Amino acid sequence: MSIRERLSGNEAVAIAMKQINPDVVAAFPITPSTEIPQYFSTFVANGTVDTEFVAVESEHSAMSATIGAEAAGGRAMTATSANGLSLMWEMIYIASSLRLPIVMSLVNRAVSGPLNIHNDHSDAMGVRDSGWIMLFSENNQEAYDNMLMAHRIAEHKDVLLPLMVCQDGFITSHSIENIELVEDDKVKQFVGTYKPEHYLLNKQEPMAIGPLDLQAFLFEHKVQQANAMKNAKKVIEEVAKDFEKMTGRKYSFFEEYKLDDAEIAIVCMNSTAGTTKAVVDKLRLNGIKAGLLKVRVFRPFPAEEIAKSLSHLKAVAVLDKSDSLNAVGGALFEDVTSAMYVNNKNVPMVNYVYGIGGRDTTEKQIESVYNDLSEIVSTGKIDNPYRYLGLRK
Amino acid sequence: MSDLIEIRWHGRGGQGAKTASLLLADAAFNTGKYIQGFPEYGPERMGAPITAYNRISNAPITIHSNIYEPDYVVVVDDTLLESVNVTDGLKSTGAIIINTTKPVEYLKKVLKGYSGDIYTIDARKVSQEALGKYFPNTPMLAAIVKVSGIMTDEELLEDMKNSFKHKFAKKPEVIEGNMKALELALKQVQKI
Repeated sequence: MSIRERLSGNEAVAIAMKQINPDVVAAFPITPSTEIPQYFSTFVANGTVDTEFVAVESEHSAMSATIGAEAAGGRAMTATSANGLSLMWEMIYIASSLRLPIVMSLVNRAVSGPLNIHNDHSDAMGVRDSGWIMLFSENNQEAYDNMLMAHRIAEHKDVLLPLMVCQDGFITSHSIENIELVEDDKVKQFVGTYKPEHYLLNKQEPMAIGPLDLQAFLFEHKVQQANAMKNAKKVIEEVAKDFEKMTGRKYSFFEEYKLDDAEIAIVCMNSTAGTTKAVVDKLRLNGIKAGLLKVRVFRPFPAEEIAKSLSHLKAVAVLDKSDSLNAVGGALFEDVTSAMYVNNKNVPMVNYVYGIGGRDTTEKQIESVYNDLSEIVSTGKIDNPYRYLGLRK
Repeated sequence: MSDLIEIRWHGRGGQGAKTASLLLADAAFNTGKYIQGFPEYGPERMGAPITAYNRISNAPITIHSNIYEPDYVVVVDDTLLESVNVTDGLKSTGAIIINTTKPVEYLKKVLKGYSGDIYTIDARKVSQEALGKYFPNTPMLAAIVKVSGIMTDEELLEDMKNSFKHKFAKKPEVIEGNMKALELALKQVQKI
């Protein structure tokens, strides 16, 4: 029997970390993820976990300490947001290139400047090419579930890549909602013990980690990373199957909501997907065949699967909670349109940059996107595919 | 289809409007409901206007936006009535509950012809009488429960008794006062 609870997104992640009981957590507080190390440090103080908690002096050190701990052979975790992630930047790439399966909770917030503490996805989008697996979460439940699946994916011998679980700052991190928790012993059994094949504290196998790697081999090592990211797809699916056996909750690369018979659809990530579901339900009552594709696995990007899933639609809108400032469109839009092109699927597509800096995303806004899509279907015209949603006039 | 109840709280930083919204979420959760409780985080300081929200339903809630057309509005501090448009989007089938001792004519004037039900309660008096201090959030919690009928008086009292036991484990002397504040408020909230 699962445990019926009500928790904020941050509480849910902290509870998941408690149940995972990693060897090391190193973190530096930053809004809106501060509560995660805060709650976790109370579990450490109470002796609920036997984790070594390192209260570092910066996020650069937080990532460095998790890298050190993971390379030594331990299971290490951290949490951050926005500028905290920016300060980790150098070490983010080192974590993935050293093939260290660190797990991080990223509570999404706008990267400064000007200073803004509220939600958008500019922090996550900044590290999308850094070699981390990136899972997105609609609500507290998914943030928790993704956390429970994270180590099984990251630590798999065919993967060995760090993984971040994203959720929307404040919107889900600070909202109290219902959640179904898994019992401690079941989590322990599901996550398992970390047994690295190679690690620094193994005296039988002295080795160096992260030495100089020049023209002769860096290229090959990068290809190994790229292949690991490809391998992650299969592992993500396997772990999701096991998770479904344990909880009954089904996860895949993405969630299709009323998409089968839809004519128009929105593609988006995190909490906006929940609001979109409510709008889809309303539109369906009026006979409008609206649907949703909610991306859960953003890295590796399930290009072929998304292209297949969207191929029958008459028009699609991709919602980006971050502007790429490239005069073309947001990151998710570029990935989805590229996926369609290389898989020979031709569906009219538009992009909306929305929710920047915590601008509230309302049902009315989402409904206006579906109205625009209906217009595109009836006229066949897209004057400008790079649009804004919820922008002040 | 929709049994969703949406509530918006207006208060000032430090008065416990956020806490009240979370306590309401807790109490509704304990009666088996699906709930959301979340504040609108802004540049918060002691005394600055703040907004908090609740969604309560018998079915899972997926919407993740602020509330623009609430069924109920709770005003914890009546000095906000002239500076914040508290009835903005409030359904005429709903109600507003105000912590005030101001005359009816004044309230009708500042609520700009709001056609739904208006309830008032003197949460200061209740709190002073029950606790000897001014904590308006506990009486306002009882008032919204009474007006909205989200749960019965007994369910609220039973649940809050357990909740206070946990919350005030280190200062049990305030539990009785808080329970009294709830009981008084349940009786004293009235429609004008």
